[in-house]
Amino acid sequence: MNAMDISVTVNGRVIRDSVIPRMSLLDFLRDRAGLTGTHMGCEHGVCGACSVIFEGVPIRSCSVLAVQANNKEVMTVEGLSNDDGSTGILQDAFRDAHAMQCGYCIPGMLVASHALLESNPNPDLDDIKEAIGGNICRCTGYIQIIEAIQLAADRMTEAKT
Amino acid sequence: MKPAHFDYTLASSIDEAIQCLADGDGEAIILAGGQTLMPMLSMRLARPDMVIDINEIPELAGIEARDGEIVIKACTRQAAALSSPIVNEHLPLLAKAIGNVGHLQTRNRGTVGGSLAHADPAAEIPLAALALDAQVELRNVGGRRQLTMADYFVGPMMTARESDELLVSLRFPTVGVPARVGTSFHEVSERHGDFAIVAVAARITLGGDGTCQQAAVAFGGVDACPLRIDGLESVLTGQNINAKILATAVDLIDDAIEPSSDQHASADYRRRVARKLAERAIMEALADAKRDLG
Repeated sequence: MNAMDISVTVNGRVIRDSVIPRMSLLDFLRDRAGLTGTHMGCEHGVCGACSVIFEGVPIRSCSVLAVQANNKEVMTVEGLSNDDGSTGILQDAFRDAHAMQCGYCIPGMLVASHALLESNPNPDLDDIKEAIGGNICRCTGYIQIIEAIQLAADRMTEAKT
Repeated sequence: MKPAHFDYTLASSIDEAIQCLADGDGEAIILAGGQTLMPMLSMRLARPDMVIDINEIPELAGIEARDGEIVIKACTRQAAALSSPIVNEHLPLLAKAIGNVGHLQTRNRGTVGGSLAHADPAAEIPLAALALDAQVELRNVGGRRQLTMADYFVGPMMTARESDELLVSLRFPTVGVPARVGTSFHEVSERHGDFAIVAVAARITLGGDGTCQQAAVAFGGVDACPLRIDGLESVLTGQNINAKILATAVDLIDDAIEPSSDQHASADYRRRVARKLAERAIMEALADAKRDLG
């Protein structure tokens, strides 16, 4: 149980720290990196609230050890903002479509949606449902979240043309 | 919900991992994708002294087509298997099964070998492996051995793997002209991505005259381990499968399975679902096998 030195690139910033093996990447991001946007929900790989982009793909940060992120790249929900700190297209779409009620699941939903739109700029309804299938929301019934993702996809397409 | 303390080793080779397992004397555990182990550690259902991480071992990831077999190395991500051209060409049944495994976030991390090592009786990958006559390759410091699925599965989440053995690969024999082989995978679960309540994987190989040369029908969630029913497969083999033969075959399911009741479903419900899914899977695999025959 000796602490181990790790170096993790989070949202483009290199963070060096010393962690014990049992610390999850989720706890590292929240407690050590100070990035509390990533939410802790179930802490056993069921709810999706802690989703982050790890080496380019969405994963659940509660199910990865911090030591496994050594020399790896992570993007959290904070990484979706514009460089000046203002909210990005996807985040704005969630607000405009009233996609959040309590908001607890939203960081995970945003990360899952971001991963979807990166790989598929024009998702259909089934694509969206599949992409957020691993993220549980207890408030919205998912409808507004789906509408928000569709809105974001439309706005991103417009922005490119 | 934090894991108990453990020591951690990042293994860089298979040899290093199996040496660590040997040194661990039964108190070491392998960390592959972590989609089962991490929750088990968090809930303290697993309290190993040592966690051996095999995620950075290059020789444990990848999919290879060799002479007469497809080799999927144990630490291959489920997402990688799902999108693999080799898997989709030669093992479409495995791709169909993995489509039902978890979600994008878990498939990006979860591994093919990890699902086999955990051996949940309702898991999809073990079921496909059984239907496809796959074998697991196990290694320890003393050597290697290969087991059929029938010998490998011992009980719910219990396998013949010894505590000093590392599951290295899954090996699928390639059979038949692909155009004459049809497959189908069906499951009932509470939500898409959950473990199945009941799942059925079917593979039908047809001869040139349209008769069934070989049938493999595997059932999950209906017994302690995934299982195949010899009598059922015999009924289908050699026949031009029609509704009557299908009915005779699926009549044999009831006596061959021993499902249990739990919070998800009653044993009786599982029996009815097993029969219905088997009908669907067999007929769909048959249609799939005939797709290029006109």
